[in-house]
Amino acid sequence: MTFAEQFPIVIQALNTGFLQTLKLFFVTLLGAIPLGLIISFGSMSRFKPLSYFTKIVVWIIRGTPLMIQLLIIYFMPGLMGNNIWGGGESGRFLAASIAFIFNYACYFSEIYRGGIQGVPKGQEEAGLVLGMTKSQIFFKVKLLQMVKRIVPPMSNEIITLVKDTSLSRIISLQEVIFAGQSFMKGNMGIAGVIWPLFFTAVYYLIFNGILTVLLGRLEKKLEYFR
Amino acid sequence: MAILEVQHVSKSFGHTEVLKDISFSLDKGKVLSLIGSSGSGKTTLLRCLNFLERPDGGVIRVNGETLFDAGDRATMKEGEIRRKRLHFGLVFQSFNLFPQYTALQNVMLAKELLEKEKTDYKARKKEIHKQIEAEAGNLLDQMGLSDRMDNYPHQLSGGQCQRVAIARALAMKPDILCFDEPTSALDPELTGEVLKVIKGLADQETTMIIVTHEMAFARDVSSQVIFMDGGRIMEQGTPAEVFENPKEERTKQFLSRFTNQ
Ligand SMILES: Nc1ncnc2c1ncn2[C@@H]1O[C@H](COP(=O)(O)OP(=O)(O)OP(=O)(O)O)[C@@H](O)[C@H]1O
Ligand SMILES: [Mg+2]
Repeated sequence: MTFAEQFPIVIQALNTGFLQTLKLFFVTLLGAIPLGLIISFGSMSRFKPLSYFTKIVVWIIRGTPLMIQLLIIYFMPGLMGNNIWGGGESGRFLAASIAFIFNYACYFSEIYRGGIQGVPKGQEEAGLVLGMTKSQIFFKVKLLQMVKRIVPPMSNEIITLVKDTSLSRIISLQEVIFAGQSFMKGNMGIAGVIWPLFFTAVYYLIFNGILTVLLGRLEKKLEYFR
Repeated sequence: MAILEVQHVSKSFGHTEVLKDISFSLDKGKVLSLIGSSGSGKTTLLRCLNFLERPDGGVIRVNGETLFDAGDRATMKEGEIRRKRLHFGLVFQSFNLFPQYTALQNVMLAKELLEKEKTDYKARKKEIHKQIEAEAGNLLDQMGLSDRMDNYPHQLSGGQCQRVAIARALAMKPDILCFDEPTSALDPELTGEVLKVIKGLADQETTMIIVTHEMAFARDVSSQVIFMDGGRIMEQGTPAEVFENPKEERTKQFLSRFTNQ
């Protein structure tokens, strides 16, 4: 097959793979952004057992490779005789989503915690002496200051997440690298070529480029105050 | 008649007693200066008045209404505290302006949120907003900031920030306005503009309690001075009594540090 013949076949496979990458990316964000907030509340709780427990969990999740977490979450139920994930791509996707959401929620929770604790105490006190309620102070005074604080570190994590989705290759989730690699072993009559793998990088670069611009704009928007 | 009566207020943090048997009263339209060395409990006293700390003992009355009585749990209901706080205003040493709002918005925010809770707010929204905006504008005008209303705090000097903070506190029309070292965070050349504004308020008979290390200013502006030491009121009286004829040795020592400079 000539390159011109290979090209459309490969692109089609990579598109399908990248769609799976995107799905995992967005599902992780959608789950980890709110779950991270809950975890951050847990770690800031005045109920000590809860805050210790949460901090230990966060320490374990952040202190071990996501790849191990993926393998354990995907294979352990089956090895213990109860394969809750079911077979096939949808089972792998479900397991990967859960591993990613939990892992990223732990990272996000630390960022939120920094953002929440970074707002000076004086802001809350100023609101209180002006007769504002706690919830008015949270929504009208503190929230935007927290958002401003967390946008830069969140942007870093989000860009990292785009690339981290490729780790799900380890449980054979058919994301874009899986698709690119398949043409090395042989797939759809194409075998022993490396360029599709190189080409997967283009997908990451373009998508991260778009994200960088969007997140940069958000950061810029919040620059009107300090 | 005394607008504020404080009786036997005490407060401890853990085992350290920070306020011991504090009693004084303040008449409407008068200015009280609180002086004393670092750690003597001045800030803690202001924070107790503003319900940022809860005293362990004592009574606080405003206009004859008992706002706080350590012996009466009913005076400590969380929901009531918010209403009671509005009798007092507090201007902080570090301004604590809301950075994401302009000067004008800083002054308007709390008032608007309060109005929003009233039942007829929806119907009269525009009218109420206009009125609050006009009042806030007037206050900033009075503070000499008419050309700074649309600036954000980071675009203002420290002196300007503090004047916005004063306008913000005044917008809630407190009975008693408290200042905690309002000029301590300012360069000397910016101190004057803030003191001038406070002097102006005193001339309009705004009831105020001012914690300050500016002795000349305290003598000039106040009708009553309290010298605190180690959590106790050591001495109180008119500026003439406290500054010219201090009775206590501690007061003399403290004041000599300022006259020797
Ligand atoms: N939240 C707190 N927890 C424990 N101790 C406190 C707390 N706030 C104040 N203190 C202590 O109470 C004492 C009085 O503090 P306060 O801030 O009222 O003094 P101050 O007269 O305002 O001093 P300064 O002139 O330095 O502002 C100090 O010894 C201080 O360390
Ligand atoms: Mg103080």
